[in-house]
Amino acid sequence: MDNIAGKKSSLTWAVNLSVVLLVVLWLFPTVGLLISSFRTADQIATTGWWKALFPAEQNLVLRAADPDENRVERDGVYVVEGNLFEGEDVTGKIRVWGTSSQAISAFTPGEVADLGDGETMTVGADGAYSWTGSEDQISGRGQRVFVSAMVPPKFTLANYERVLFSGSNTDSMAKAFFNTLTVTIPATIIPILIAAFAAYALAWMDFKGRALLIAVIVGLLVVPLQLALIPLLKLHNGIGIGKGYLGVWLAHTGFGLPLAIYLLRNYMVGLPRDIIENAKVDGATDFQIFTRIILPLSFPALASFAIFQFLWTWNDLLVAKVFLIDATGETTVMTNQIVELLGTRGGNWEILATAAFVSIAVPLGVFFAMQRYLVRGLLAGSVK
Amino acid sequence: MQAAFQGLLVILIGVGAAVGYFYFSNVYLDKVVFPARAQTADELRARRIKAPLISFLLVIALVVIATFLLPVLVARSMSDVAAALLGGFGAVWALATSISGLYVLVVAVIAALATRLLLAGDLSGIGQNINRANLIRPWLFLGPALFALGLYLAYPVIETLRLSLTDRVPIPGGGGAFRYQFVGLDNYTQMMGEPKFWEALRNNFFWLLVVPAMSTVFGLLAAQLTDRLSWGNIAKSMIFMPMAISFVGASVIWKLVYDFRPAGSEQIGILNALVTSLGGEPQTWLTVPFWNSFLLMIVLIWIQTGFAMVILSAALRGIPEETIEAAIVDGANPLQIFFKIKVPQISGTIVVVWTTITLVVLKIFDIVFAMTNGQWETQVLANYMYAKLFTSNDWGVGSASAMVIMILVLPILIWNVRNARREMR
Repeated sequence: MDNIAGKKSSLTWAVNLSVVLLVVLWLFPTVGLLISSFRTADQIATTGWWKALFPAEQNLVLRAADPDENRVERDGVYVVEGNLFEGEDVTGKIRVWGTSSQAISAFTPGEVADLGDGETMTVGADGAYSWTGSEDQISGRGQRVFVSAMVPPKFTLANYERVLFSGSNTDSMAKAFFNTLTVTIPATIIPILIAAFAAYALAWMDFKGRALLIAVIVGLLVVPLQLALIPLLKLHNGIGIGKGYLGVWLAHTGFGLPLAIYLLRNYMVGLPRDIIENAKVDGATDFQIFTRIILPLSFPALASFAIFQFLWTWNDLLVAKVFLIDATGETTVMTNQIVELLGTRGGNWEILATAAFVSIAVPLGVFFAMQRYLVRGLLAGSVK
Repeated sequence: MQAAFQGLLVILIGVGAAVGYFYFSNVYLDKVVFPARAQTADELRARRIKAPLISFLLVIALVVIATFLLPVLVARSMSDVAAALLGGFGAVWALATSISGLYVLVVAVIAALATRLLLAGDLSGIGQNINRANLIRPWLFLGPALFALGLYLAYPVIETLRLSLTDRVPIPGGGGAFRYQFVGLDNYTQMMGEPKFWEALRNNFFWLLVVPAMSTVFGLLAAQLTDRLSWGNIAKSMIFMPMAISFVGASVIWKLVYDFRPAGSEQIGILNALVTSLGGEPQTWLTVPFWNSFLLMIVLIWIQTGFAMVILSAALRGIPEETIEAAIVDGANPLQIFFKIKVPQISGTIVVVWTTITLVVLKIFDIVFAMTNGQWETQVLANYMYAKLFTSNDWGVGSASAMVIMILVLPILIWNVRNARREMR
């Protein structure tokens, strides 16, 4: 409606531009981590990730080929020729070079460096070199050359290989990934089942105290998790569950229930009364009405809550730390593994970024696949 | 693999138990306790003996089954599962001969008495039986949920309050056992005396001030701007996306943004790269007191804006077109339409979004824990509580700080409940 009376042309470009800006601002941090997870440690340490898509100048230390095997005699002098990038995993365009670590940019490509007593060296922009001198001088190890070269962008999957398949204990996310999955799936399914029955009772059965119960559930919706930590840890230790999967499943079930009941009840109340009353007239029991009519019709609400609970349990750190992870660390989940990596490998961004992305990938997949249900759930779940 | 197997087992047992409970409890109610047929006085008398007896035996049977299954559920390996199943007999025997066995017996007797109580009065007709069954049925459906809610949310509130008034003292020679000694308000006074607590409270206050406001403003902005855009849905998706990312993942993402390299070397954090390209000195951002808290808040704003946008966008769509058309006809400019027509009409939704984000902020833990762990004056209440609980092992002060969070949540709780009740009338 804003666009009638000729306002359109003057405003739309501004709107488009500001939305582009907003989206870029919101995506930028995530993209940075994603790109970093495909770079080597050296690349991350030397240049910002935003330069990864463009050729970057890198300082490299290269070495001429072994003189004892490669030298040829030419008019009384010995010569080694070849390309500095041969056998290296980088190529590039050399801007400046030098032969001593004190003067790494002493020469430009094509210049001849005098190494003393008639020994000379020249390096071309593409890395081709020629190293000349007497028999004594061209022997031993190959001459070291320091170059500053423009290196084209290069990405690697090595980080993912290391984090997922290497089997190294400190960096591996594989075990944590399966542990997270083990926590998440029962902790999503069980509360749905329990909540669905309760929601049906609150929506379609008449009994004393129903309104009060609904009010209590709305109240429990906002009770902070923090209050439950100590008493429940005490309880779990008392009845012999201790720290473990069972404890974390029960805890997630308990904490997820208020939202589940609230969401499902709100949805079930909106189902047409006729269907349910007809079924009752036809002699269906409440259990039959619930399983044959209500449950199939409530699928959108069930899906909404399932996504919520999945995202919440997958991304949770606190509940897992309190109820699941014991001193052995056998049952660590991904969020906890990442926090530990932040402590032990704070500077190793290639490991951190990759580990974080392994953990983020699944919720993002669920998010983009089921966004419709997520939005619907959010709209129904915010207390009006 | 064993964990996966165990997970599968729990899904099967859990789902099986839940479905089984709901199905058989209904069958029990309709067939044994209140059968839907006319009965003679003799039959009724027999039922009044039979049904309580069955209730009694059911409780015993369930406890025995649970004793067998519980070790299976906490088992760490396949051999543990086998051992647990074999050890079930021993566990049942141990239970039967211990004081807990007596409790089970008491519960079973109570179940029997309760069943008998349900069967009191005139129950000879079909209708009476059906009506009586329908009075009980809602509580069968609600049972597991109420039990879980009570045990995992309601009871902890009371218990935390009690623990906050006690100190946990090891029993000398008790082998790691504790007793809880009543100390009145000592834990609270001790907490008030700690500068870290006041720092946490102050920071929480700033979080409460900044994060809901900024998230709502950005969310409203994004919702309004993307409203009529052809690619608006894609833009919304992108802004909404951080909602799916864990707080820990977001912390890693933003730690890279704030990363610091010594002056002179190439900055790999975008913030320091910007600062140095503008001629400034690179900073270790997360260690700069006071301002670092705001850098942590940005992470949460980044996550919550999507939520605000989705809700507010739906509210904006719900505004009646006529009000906007009328405003345009009257010559209002787009800014006037937005602030004077649209915002007042969605003010209720804005409050909802605001309070929802406020609740998230009050409980914020992961971001601070992962990025600074409360160092450099970034402490917040939830992380303070976690540190008290697991680092200093001080359950009393830990509970006291949890109660502080509860007190801060309380106004929102009351407001929500009042709204819900008004809506139901």
